[in-house]
Amino acid sequence: MTARSARFLRAVVRLPPLLWLGAFFLVPFAITLKISLSEPATAMPPYLPVLDWAGGIEGWSSFLEALHFTNFETLAGDALYRDAALASLELALIATAILIVIGTPIAYAMARASARWQPILVALVVVPFWTSFLIRVYAWIAILKPEGLLNAGLLRLGLIGAPLEIINTQVAVLIGLTYAYQPFMVLPLYAVMSRLDPALREAAADLGASPARVFWSVTLPLSAPGLVAGALLCFIPMVGEFIIPDLLGGSETLMLGRVLWSEFFSNRDWPLASAVAVLLLLIVLGPVILFREAETRRGEAAR
Amino acid sequence: MSGTNRIALILGLGFLYAPILVLVVYSFNASALVTVWGGFSTRWYGVLLADRPLIEAAWVSLRVALLASLIATTLGTLAALALERHGRFAGRGLFTGLVYAPMVMPEVITGLSLLLLFVGIGLDRGIATIVVAHATFGTGFVAVVVAARLKGLDRALEEAAADLGAGPIRVFWSITLPLLAPALAAGFLLAFTLSLDDLVIASFVSGPGATTLPMRLYSQVRLGVNPEINAASTLLIGMVSLVVLTASWLSGRQGGQRAAG
Repeated sequence: MTARSARFLRAVVRLPPLLWLGAFFLVPFAITLKISLSEPATAMPPYLPVLDWAGGIEGWSSFLEALHFTNFETLAGDALYRDAALASLELALIATAILIVIGTPIAYAMARASARWQPILVALVVVPFWTSFLIRVYAWIAILKPEGLLNAGLLRLGLIGAPLEIINTQVAVLIGLTYAYQPFMVLPLYAVMSRLDPALREAAADLGASPARVFWSVTLPLSAPGLVAGALLCFIPMVGEFIIPDLLGGSETLMLGRVLWSEFFSNRDWPLASAVAVLLLLIVLGPVILFREAETRRGEAAR
Repeated sequence: MSGTNRIALILGLGFLYAPILVLVVYSFNASALVTVWGGFSTRWYGVLLADRPLIEAAWVSLRVALLASLIATTLGTLAALALERHGRFAGRGLFTGLVYAPMVMPEVITGLSLLLLFVGIGLDRGIATIVVAHATFGTGFVAVVVAARLKGLDRALEEAAADLGAGPIRVFWSITLPLLAPALAAGFLLAFTLSLDDLVIASFVSGPGATTLPMRLYSQVRLGVNPEINAASTLLIGMVSLVVLTASWLSGRQGGQRAAG
């Protein structure tokens, strides 16, 4: 086979995913950006201006002139949107920190389990992850509400005098986030930890390091790629999370995902919803690029 | 296993399973009040089976998931081949980004921007648009699973076939693809479940007449805790557990061939 036909074959392999993802992932972003600079209208589609393809250069210039930054001025000027952006960042950061703290010991314990147990433990972590996200979040309503199971249990034990207000607060959102995203933290960490050479741990122990010292100075630094991948895998979608703040956060917890949803579905303001999407995209862009780098490096390290 | 490790596992898995257990137990509650135990009953399963709109939504979801995961498996496998086997090529950075970014992108962004595309090109919204949307984010997940398997594959087998005179297409069909089969199955199942599970993207891109199961469940969940939803959840959890257990049994039978990751 000639080098030319080999190159052709490779291009044929790459082309379908490239075209599909370009058309249905990249192009939509460009459209969203354009509509975020438009204004709402009572028409279908409900925004102005609409580009007139037949209008030639003139159509283009009048189209470009009609674009403006009003929606972003609204986002910057209104405290509602600023608070939602800050709350999204804050809740996602705190939840990621909690996930690191509780995910590390779980992943470590899985990696140290016997070879017979490891696949069983992985399956046990994976099963809830494959179960409906919506249903797993919904399950917490029955546990956290004032007459729910948690309060009933605590009251019966005499630990509290009156039911705790958990549901419809940020605490409930944090519980939901840490719960729903736990497998995303545990699995990448486990993948790295289970492949660490036990000889390194043994060498440190032979040189007199205590088990805690071995963990902090050997295991944890070597697990950093898994930690980074897990943290990004949780943080990025959590910033834009909709279901958890919607079901557990009540009307007071505004996160960007929820603001976007209500601008779109309740207020039918597509341009403002698009502007929120662009803002959200700007927030997660850095972490997404980091994630891509981390995945590429992880791939090369495993080669 | 040390004591601390055992405690970490028990607490971690307990946290993961406690809410699911609550759902399953209360789906057999005779009382309509979720927090009051009124004795064992299967009445909510009867109510569930008589719920026409819910069952119709389940069919829509299954059809969407099947089509979307078939497309995602095809595209994801091609993407994995490019990422693992093509070395450096022009636009590799963009390609990698396009494959990995949809996995982590907040769903509200993906959903809204796809809807704006569909409206912009004047496509009627319905089952087809949900299929396209789900195939798009499923592709990355399939690519990751297949790429992990490709990494663990012994190149000598393919090289031997090529040395014996097989062309690259023949090598792919008779050597590479059969060796990749477990990863293709795993990727397909992953894309299938993710599609079955999606609420946010489907809500944006669906149109009248195309209500998926999560959309239907969400409209009821919003009204509060409901024992019928508990019954539906229990059935879903049962089905998923069965699939995962079958999959891990199948990969267990593959023995030493299991790829890491």
